[in-house]
Amino acid sequence: MSEQAKKPAKKKVALDPRFVDYRHVWVVVESERGEVHPVSWELLGEGRKLADALGVELCGVVICGPGERGRGICGEAFQYGADKCYLVQDEVLRDYRNDPYTKALTDLVNRYQPEVLMLGATTLGRDLAGSVATTLGTGLVADCTELVIDIETRNLAATRPTFGGSLLCTIMTQRHRPQMATVRPRVMAMPEAASGRQGEIVEVLFSMIETSIVTKVLEFIPDDTRDKPNLPFADIIVAGGRGLRSQENFQHVWDLARVLGAEVGASRPVVQAGWAELDRQVGQSGKTVRPKLYIAAGISGAIQHRVGMDGADVIVAINSDPNAPIFDFAHYGIVGNATAILPALTEAFKAHLAQAKKTG
Amino acid sequence: MHSVVCIKQVPDSAQIRVHPVTNTIMRQGVPAIVNPYDLFALEEALRLKDQFGGTVTVVCMGPPMAEAALRKCLSFGADDAILVSDRAFAGSDTLATSYALSATIRKIMEDMPVDLIFTGKQTIDGDTAQVGPGIAKRLGYQLLTYVSRIVDLDVANKEIQVERRAEGGVQLLKTATPCLITMLEGTNEMRFGDLDDLFRAARHELKVWDREAAGIDAVEMIGLKGSPTVVSKVFAPRPRSKRAEMIEVHDSEPKNLAVTLLAKLFTQHPKLEQEIAKRAV
Repeated sequence: MSEQAKKPAKKKVALDPRFVDYRHVWVVVESERGEVHPVSWELLGEGRKLADALGVELCGVVICGPGERGRGICGEAFQYGADKCYLVQDEVLRDYRNDPYTKALTDLVNRYQPEVLMLGATTLGRDLAGSVATTLGTGLVADCTELVIDIETRNLAATRPTFGGSLLCTIMTQRHRPQMATVRPRVMAMPEAASGRQGEIVEVLFSMIETSIVTKVLEFIPDDTRDKPNLPFADIIVAGGRGLRSQENFQHVWDLARVLGAEVGASRPVVQAGWAELDRQVGQSGKTVRPKLYIAAGISGAIQHRVGMDGADVIVAINSDPNAPIFDFAHYGIVGNATAILPALTEAFKAHLAQAKKTG
Repeated sequence: MHSVVCIKQVPDSAQIRVHPVTNTIMRQGVPAIVNPYDLFALEEALRLKDQFGGTVTVVCMGPPMAEAALRKCLSFGADDAILVSDRAFAGSDTLATSYALSATIRKIMEDMPVDLIFTGKQTIDGDTAQVGPGIAKRLGYQLLTYVSRIVDLDVANKEIQVERRAEGGVQLLKTATPCLITMLEGTNEMRFGDLDDLFRAARHELKVWDREAAGIDAVEMIGLKGSPTVVSKVFAPRPRSKRAEMIEVHDSEPKNLAVTLLAKLFTQHPKLEQEIAKRAV
């Protein structure tokens, strides 16, 4: 297929001949009813780095129903770094369904052969990634927190938390292509959109008829998002952990959050104990956040929590144990009882803000 | 009505400790439990059995000690349990695991047709959510992930309706059985098994299937050989280059600590002060 790529690599480890035709980095741009999930742009930002390291193109994959802004989404993908977009539009692809989406993506991969294929670790992305990887018989690494290319072998070194978030591990797919990975929302930074940046749209026909699809979508009931916490996009978060010792004490977290206009977050043990809702859990099994300020009270900082909030600009940690791992990666630390220090912080912020208002 | 529930025995992650010097997992003394997410799958299967009658078979791939997890499931009310255990499975990643489990389910179907396969949404040790989809694809069954409610099941006409958690909403889906359902957490509450089940669980003759009994001829599809992903290293994360700047005051008074922190924070990050002033009430 490719004319010049067959030249043997000089001296270094020769690339497995089966992999020679696998080129380029792909990102599945996830959209529903014309709305793109922001994780797709975060992935394009990360994919750009991988494609540049490999010296190849970054391609977006847009799968949607006709009239769902397919070309518009491709245009946005170019602004976020894609060089090319494969666009598959068909009536049967209007709502996400496992079978037709798996076929659409698997067909594309078999035809155009990417070396890296990334998806967001959303309910759609995880459903689709697991199905496509099994159909292709290739390796898939879930919930990656770091992606690096080994230039010599063109292998993707994908790092993710393991053992329930107690340690990190790096995983490679050495004998198969494409190398697949999912990344959770907010783990990678949102790239700047470059307006005016253009790319090539490749429209690909899809042939699957509705009568051959077993699963039918009878209805889509959108979530009522009013009064729901939106931790992933919060600018300021006050989070509490087991160190607060009781649900009553957890109220101090709410008090400080109210003064700061912040969202309330919680560690896994706190959610398991029922002191806070699941929507507020920060960490590997909860939400990943990237606020400007993260105040962690009574949280020890296990990896499972750290991977969810490491991207915060400023981290303040309060913990009674001077050896708590959280002090290894927080920016400011206070050793002390969070139950006593939180109310003091609430008062201090209140006083400071009142003062600031007076002096204008 | 025959449901197969795939479960995994996992270390209780709340109790995992990492050795501070060697950065290895200290497994000793960490209790092994049924993956908590799998219990929502088991409970849902048991509820369908309450309603329609039939059989619930629990399947677990793992070392011999995973028998305890299966007995736990029997004590909740499962009818039969199969432990799929063989050294040849060692080192299996999610692709190889889904192969072994799909072969096992095919073997089960030789004796009794299967209407529904259940898994949890993911495990708490691997967190991949890949094995459920893998099994469905290998068996050529419809896949329903993140199911929050089974709305309707028509056993005779082989039809099922479920609510599925999607991004930004809930999908109401209709499909044909047999199919594979991964059950969302918090969707039901595990029953307490009754005393009869507890005794039965202890006495039950658990089936232990090795590779051949599970009907797997292709050894290249399981274990390390059947696993495209390779773990190249396991490590503890690096601390930031600088440890946290510790806020200390001579009397350790919370009030003084708080004021000192604010002064530092706002001097070094003036934008943060504006940000807070802007949004605070």
